[in-house]
Amino acid sequence: MPEIHLWSGLRSLADGKEVVEVEGKTVRQVLDDLVAKHPALAPAIAAGVSVAVDGEILPSNKAEPVDEDSEIFLLNKLRGG
Amino acid sequence: MALDGSKPQFKLLGTRPNRPDGLDKVTGRARYGADLNAPGQLHGAILRSPHAHARIVSIDASKALALKGVKAVVTRADFATGLTGDDWNMQENCMAGEKALYDGHAVAAVAATTPLLAKDAAKLIEVEYEILPHVTDVDEAMKEGAPVIRDGAADYSVPDGLHPNVVRYYENGKGDLEAGFAEADLIVERSFKTEAAHQGYIEPHACLAQLGTDGQGELWCCTQGHWFVRQMCTAALGIETSQLKVTPSEIGGGFGGKTTVFIDPVALALSRKAGGTPVKLVMSRSEVLRATGPTASASMDIKMGMTKDGRITAASGVFRMQGGAFPGAPVDVTTDLAFANYRIENVHHVGYDVMTNRPKQAAYRAPGAPMAAFACESVVDEMATKLGIDPLDIRLKNGVVEGDRSTYGPKVKKVGLIETLEAAKAHPNYAAPLGPNQGRGVASGYWMNWGGDTSASVAIGEDGAVAVTVGTPDIGGSRASMALMAAETFGIPYENVRVHIADTASLGINEPTHGSRATFASGLAVIQSAKECIQKMCVRAAEKWDIDPDAVTWEDGFAKPSGPNAGDFEPLSIAEIAGEMSDTGGPIAGHFEANPGKFGGSFGTHVVDVEVDPETGRTTILRYLVVQDAGKAIHPSYVEGQFQGGAVQGIGWALNEEYVYGPDGRLQNPIFLDYRVPVASDLPMIDTVIVEVPNPGHPYGVRGVGETGITPPLPAIANAVAAATGVRFTELPLSPPKVLAGIKAAKHA
Repeated sequence: MPEIHLWSGLRSLADGKEVVEVEGKTVRQVLDDLVAKHPALAPAIAAGVSVAVDGEILPSNKAEPVDEDSEIFLLNKLRGG
Repeated sequence: MALDGSKPQFKLLGTRPNRPDGLDKVTGRARYGADLNAPGQLHGAILRSPHAHARIVSIDASKALALKGVKAVVTRADFATGLTGDDWNMQENCMAGEKALYDGHAVAAVAATTPLLAKDAAKLIEVEYEILPHVTDVDEAMKEGAPVIRDGAADYSVPDGLHPNVVRYYENGKGDLEAGFAEADLIVERSFKTEAAHQGYIEPHACLAQLGTDGQGELWCCTQGHWFVRQMCTAALGIETSQLKVTPSEIGGGFGGKTTVFIDPVALALSRKAGGTPVKLVMSRSEVLRATGPTASASMDIKMGMTKDGRITAASGVFRMQGGAFPGAPVDVTTDLAFANYRIENVHHVGYDVMTNRPKQAAYRAPGAPMAAFACESVVDEMATKLGIDPLDIRLKNGVVEGDRSTYGPKVKKVGLIETLEAAKAHPNYAAPLGPNQGRGVASGYWMNWGGDTSASVAIGEDGAVAVTVGTPDIGGSRASMALMAAETFGIPYENVRVHIADTASLGINEPTHGSRATFASGLAVIQSAKECIQKMCVRAAEKWDIDPDAVTWEDGFAKPSGPNAGDFEPLSIAEIAGEMSDTGGPIAGHFEANPGKFGGSFGTHVVDVEVDPETGRTTILRYLVVQDAGKAIHPSYVEGQFQGGAVQGIGWALNEEYVYGPDGRLQNPIFLDYRVPVASDLPMIDTVIVEVPNPGHPYGVRGVGETGITPPLPAIANAVAAATGVRFTELPLSPPKVLAGIKAAKHA
């Protein structure tokens, strides 16, 4: 199952977990499953996050595919100048 | 769209043709924001708060409206209600509601028949204020008892017990800090501060706005991103996005500061209130400095541990970022990129986004990264000095490479940090002899870059010339790079391509020219659109030859049979296919709409030599070298220009630029005479080396280059000044009085 790694500040909203195993084949599906498993994360996800899948930071496209063994990191929403 | 392995040798990419907009810009023909006019237009002026923090008790515009020629006055009551989140923050920043939150905050605006009349009328608007306590320093704003800017502004992330001015909290880390520091032979712990610095674009904000009573409008403005402008303006005014068309002017610099709005919704509101008459609004320099967004100021604590042989064992940082009277300081990037140059097993960052009575911060070139680089790279330099290790060697030992785990989480993809360090070490500047009171500083920096929402179209003209249309305003020569990429893809001369910047009605949505994304994302969109055209032209040729389209190949601007078995036909040029297109199926065009990822980050390494006058504390830049990974430099002159521009802005931030607030909370230096940006006579030629480690996520290997260049200068210069004086300075800017005081204090210590 894909694993989502949470930044430290989110872990208190996910029962102290650093890594959460999730189900899904797209970024949208794994984020939905993450919130379903840990509803306290909903405001953080709704506020906007950037997602890195297997080292690749994705833009906001939640349809991007996720593999069974993907390593997913949540990052604060990126902004540039 | 992955790196195109079939294009190892380029015919045009990497050449340096003249920029297509060059003649317009050197002859004054190019039209910037303030050059736009409409028949019968009115002129706007904005009344701004003289107080850092005050409740607005009443606004009486009767005397202003009584002046002949005054056509409209607007206040917050003339804007939409019910906004939330970022939309509310933007609207509140453009026009104050219940409180003025900083010196310069807009409280009312006037439209009149002449600029002078509008200014005079603005002075006649009577505002009754109830002055409130204020705070402008980030550390003071977090203390118990500090004036509260706005209660309830904090989001979910802020732990209980923090001051209401802390509106966002970010914490990230990995490993075992305690074990990491226990393993270290040397630990250095220091606190640092940086002041707010303005983007310093030469062109002040300017716009021409028209919004009719039918709710339809047009806006011409200088901006980095007109779709962002459209979204923000329509939200602030309560109209649908489709009702407003926004056209960008040429832009005289943005550097992130023109990715948002300050005056555009106000001009539209004035036009609407004046019955749809166009309103022109142009900021003065003083207004730009008082009321648009500088970058955040920062207060930071850094602790790093290292073994005797120079291996970093642990690092921790606390970053307090002041973003003005609204949430949004770039605390996330500051923290995530603080130690991103290095492979560190044990690392921890904490960040605070803090509100004060200052203007709302805006993005500024790699927003958040230069401050963190100043703190962290200063500590790395100090450790290298104490351990007697060459500062480039210590970075070569710890620098991240593909496959390493980054300090902020994900694994590092293909990057070029090591290549920049090696190129810096091999450069003659690194071996140049130094004299008395001279010192050399080194630092590296990183920017992740961005892709984002991108639309483009490419159309073939009747004569085979190519029109490229993109949605990212050309700030640094992107018309030239788009034309080069299109010409390379088609195999036609650069001069046969013309690039246009579309208005918001002519393409799908586009993010601004920000995040170092234009050459990467719009370039990728142009390449993809060109390939669609080529595919269509191959079909036209196949139909003419009555062969299968798969048997047609495209080479150097011609459709050709792909081999002897495809048939013996004379190649058809793009001009021949285009000349017949009306008879072979109609127009030929390609387009692209997506938000591409795989943007590929860029590392840079700077080497600077300075001389510090021990009598005055003045620092002179003797030599400056920028080495940066561009992936593939499409037009090397404009890549070098980005490198040099980033370095120069960093030099200003490091040595002189700062926001100076008086005890009354008013900005003391809102003009360029007192807000000291570097000028040509302050600078040597900035030397550049372009490193090319291709980005696997772009067909030609492009990495964005616009932002990385401002990340290393702050620490590189501070490190050079430390080497020249023997004093480690921890607060920027390193202005002559501060440096002189530091030298004197060290002598007496």
